[in-house]
Amino acid sequence: MTMPAVAGADAALLRTEGLTRHFRLGGMFSGRQLHAVDGVSLEIRPREIVALVGESGSGKTTVARLLALLYRPTSGRIVYDGRPVDRLRSRRDLLWYRGQVPTVFQDPYGSLNPVFRVSHGVLRALQLHRPELSPAARQAEAERVFETVGLSPARRLLRAFPYELSGGQRQRVGFAQALAVQPRLILADEPVSMLDVSIRIGLLNLMRDLRDQAGVSILFITHDIASARYLADRMLVMYGGHLVETGPTEAILGAPRHPYTQLLVASAPDPRQQLTEPAGALAAEPPRVIDPPDGCRFVGRCPVAVALCAQRTPALTQLAPEHHAACWVAAAAASGERAQVAQQVLER
Amino acid sequence: MAVPLLDVRDLSVAYLSEAGDVGAVDHVDLAVEAGEFVALVGESSCGKSTLVFAIARLLAPPAEQTGGTITFRGEDLVHLRGEALRHLRWRDYSVVMQSAMNALNPMKSLEAQFGDAMRAHEHVSRSAIRQRTVEVLRLVGIDPVHRQSYPHQLSGGMRQRAMIAMALLFSPSLILMDEPTSALDVVAQRSLMGQITQLQRELGFAVVFVTHDMSLVSHYSDRLVVMYAGQVVEAAPTATLFGRPLHPYSRGLFDAFPSIRGPRTRLTGIPGSPPDLRRPPAGCRFHPRCPVVMEACRTQAPRLADQDGTLVRCLRYPGSAAT
Amino acid sequence: MTTAVAVRDASDEPVPERGARAAAAGVARAVLRNRKATLGLLLLVVITVIAAVPSLLAPGDPKAAIYDQQVGPSLAHLLGTTQVGEDVFTQLIWGTRLTLVITVAVGVLVTAVSVLIGVTAAYVGGATDGALSLLTDVFLIIPTLPLLIVLSTYLEGSGTIAIIAVLTATGWAFSARQLRAQGLALRTRDFLEAARARGERRRYIIVAEILPNMLSLIVASFLGSATYTVATAAGLQFLGLGNSNDITWGTMLHYAQQNGALESGNPWWALAPGAAVAVLGTTFALLNYAFDEITNPALRPVRRGRPAA
Repeated sequence: MTMPAVAGADAALLRTEGLTRHFRLGGMFSGRQLHAVDGVSLEIRPREIVALVGESGSGKTTVARLLALLYRPTSGRIVYDGRPVDRLRSRRDLLWYRGQVPTVFQDPYGSLNPVFRVSHGVLRALQLHRPELSPAARQAEAERVFETVGLSPARRLLRAFPYELSGGQRQRVGFAQALAVQPRLILADEPVSMLDVSIRIGLLNLMRDLRDQAGVSILFITHDIASARYLADRMLVMYGGHLVETGPTEAILGAPRHPYTQLLVASAPDPRQQLTEPAGALAAEPPRVIDPPDGCRFVGRCPVAVALCAQRTPALTQLAPEHHAACWVAAAAASGERAQVAQQVLER
Repeated sequence: MAVPLLDVRDLSVAYLSEAGDVGAVDHVDLAVEAGEFVALVGESSCGKSTLVFAIARLLAPPAEQTGGTITFRGEDLVHLRGEALRHLRWRDYSVVMQSAMNALNPMKSLEAQFGDAMRAHEHVSRSAIRQRTVEVLRLVGIDPVHRQSYPHQLSGGMRQRAMIAMALLFSPSLILMDEPTSALDVVAQRSLMGQITQLQRELGFAVVFVTHDMSLVSHYSDRLVVMYAGQVVEAAPTATLFGRPLHPYSRGLFDAFPSIRGPRTRLTGIPGSPPDLRRPPAGCRFHPRCPVVMEACRTQAPRLADQDGTLVRCLRYPGSAAT
Repeated sequence: MTTAVAVRDASDEPVPERGARAAAAGVARAVLRNRKATLGLLLLVVITVIAAVPSLLAPGDPKAAIYDQQVGPSLAHLLGTTQVGEDVFTQLIWGTRLTLVITVAVGVLVTAVSVLIGVTAAYVGGATDGALSLLTDVFLIIPTLPLLIVLSTYLEGSGTIAIIAVLTATGWAFSARQLRAQGLALRTRDFLEAARARGERRRYIIVAEILPNMLSLIVASFLGSATYTVATAAGLQFLGLGNSNDITWGTMLHYAQQNGALESGNPWWALAPGAAVAVLGTTFALLNYAFDEITNPALRPVRRGRPAA
């Protein structure tokens, strides 16, 4: 490698600190900034699936693009395997990173070049990232990853054009392309959102198997809590460019602390469950992300907001082991609980 | 027994092409009573959107109705042309499309567009347009101050609601909705569905709601119609179907939904994909993917048969085999 | 990562084998089924053969001024003779080659330049796009005739090259705008992002990923330029701005007009090259329409199917 490892390399496979990305709006002289992502600090460990959940416009796709180094961060750091990667410039370094952290895209109808056979992407990936392979070995590898993702018979399917495959098959091709480089982490940007519900399960199961049997970590970006729950060990919830809650999936779904997460969980349709009217916040005004003021971005829709919420932006605070939320009210409640628990312990 | 508001009988629609006609809708019956909420559920290319377009008389070449009748309030919709059809459109039934940005004119304010729609049907004054615009915007929960807004100034959820407002201009008795929530996030979706059912209670119109997401309509629809490969495979009151899905495809669809609560088990979904409708499978169209397929299924095409109030098209149930 | 992940629930629909032969057969079928394509292709083949081996049809020397002057058509001279006694038919046949060469040369050059500028502007974006678009707009406004007059004064004696240069200079901008527009539309497609995420170089992406998707527009641009060139080149030569020593249909028109062929003597001297220009223009126009129809099924004439059952 061309870079020395940072002293004290951590257990996390990928880590960000204060990741921020702003876009300038208007012409060259306009001062308006769109705060797509602000101060996101997250962590992805080996052999785990982390779900990044949020509605459209929450910044989750921008986070994916930042982690793929397709955008440069406005500020903040990205650390992969102990090495800072956000400032990588040389082609060799970038190529190395791309071979470690490939991306799977959302649109099965747009993510494959229609004029080439589906083998094109896989073979190119192999050429770029595993140049030591001979053409015969490349072909064999391509067949192997196709079989791995369930595209069988591989030899015949490799020769197909995208229009001959179904949406589900095309997304599998996307995963095959990612697997070809032997990655440790796959960034999956809404990989099942555009597929029919009955096809989604097949791909979700594929991702599960990749984690369990191939040891690959996956950042699963989605707006659908149900599939996030099915797949993910941990969940990160985004709103208006901020991370508002993080923690183990069951903890977040069982006892969501942030009012937005609570709203999300209550709104998700579940035919096996009785319908509950979600508390307030139904007049859905989108969060203000253009030159936003200080303060929580959910304040306009929040049923429990207090004055402080509009004045100071809440930081992610630990409310329970591994469970963080960025909410003044939740933090106060938690410290109140902790004070109570401490009191009980003392009294015993 | 009242005459149904909408009575579709034996409807077939095909896409004509030199390479072979594609039968998108195959001998479908659908009856909708006044005030009823009927959900049409199925995967892509099952024909549900084509069916709705045929009902709305919006089919364009190469799609063509090849058989069957569509009766609306006792009148034959198929043979209505020109003025008579225009008269019915929007007054008696209206359509809400999948994407607001496809239906709303980005160059005109809401009031201007609503005005266009109204003036297409009758002579109205500016003040009448303004008044009605305010009324329908209030109905869908949009602040009337937005009547001068342009579509791009509204959020996605508001745009969809604006489309519904437009569909309500003449208080029609039937609204056809083609996946109106698919572009929205979960919270906006829930909000919109609640809005639609509330309006239904207030105004009494019937709804035909097309979606690929069963769980979305599970709490709102009166009846559920499941389509596969251009045919109706199961139809029943919603609660009945959710409690006791009969057709293997419906059961497969249910099992494909991960739930938020309850145990985290591994689901299997339905292997394979929907068939190429140029050459649908012989016998039952679902048989290549069916987990409980029998020998007869490969050669015998089942008919829709009644099982205690559920219509199901499957040889495993008595009455489905053609005699 | 050597273990294969067991996945049982993938689709195993059979995928049809599509070799190059099958694809070529498909194209041939599409061409034969389309009447415009068949006719256009036929005409093009005939004209190309004539251009390649003119002696097949007209064994004489087009510049041989040995015959009777300005006589009408006869068995010996199918289209009569010119003012100085050349055989018009022979000239027409021999003139095909240079006419066709000019047409194809301009077509190719226009396409090359417009692709280079249009696609680069679209994909690179930013200031580069601004500069290239400005350049395109400037060239769109430049009028053909004054430019040619200026250029031909500098390029004395090499009239053909001047015509090719001017027609290219005035023709590329239109196609460049179209290609830029399509490039912009393609730019947001995920497969290009995917190529970047894979680690491809920008140059590679433009040439190997974007261009093949624009093939349809590029071919259409070529055919359109060719159509435009046929008439315009002939027009310029008619005005005397070509190389007067070359034999093309345009120069024939020029001399015919100079010598009053229509009013007296041999009207065919003017009519024949005029008709030939029209035929060549029509050929490329037909191919252009046909190409559109074959590649875009939505444009095909809808054959109404069988009546409702």
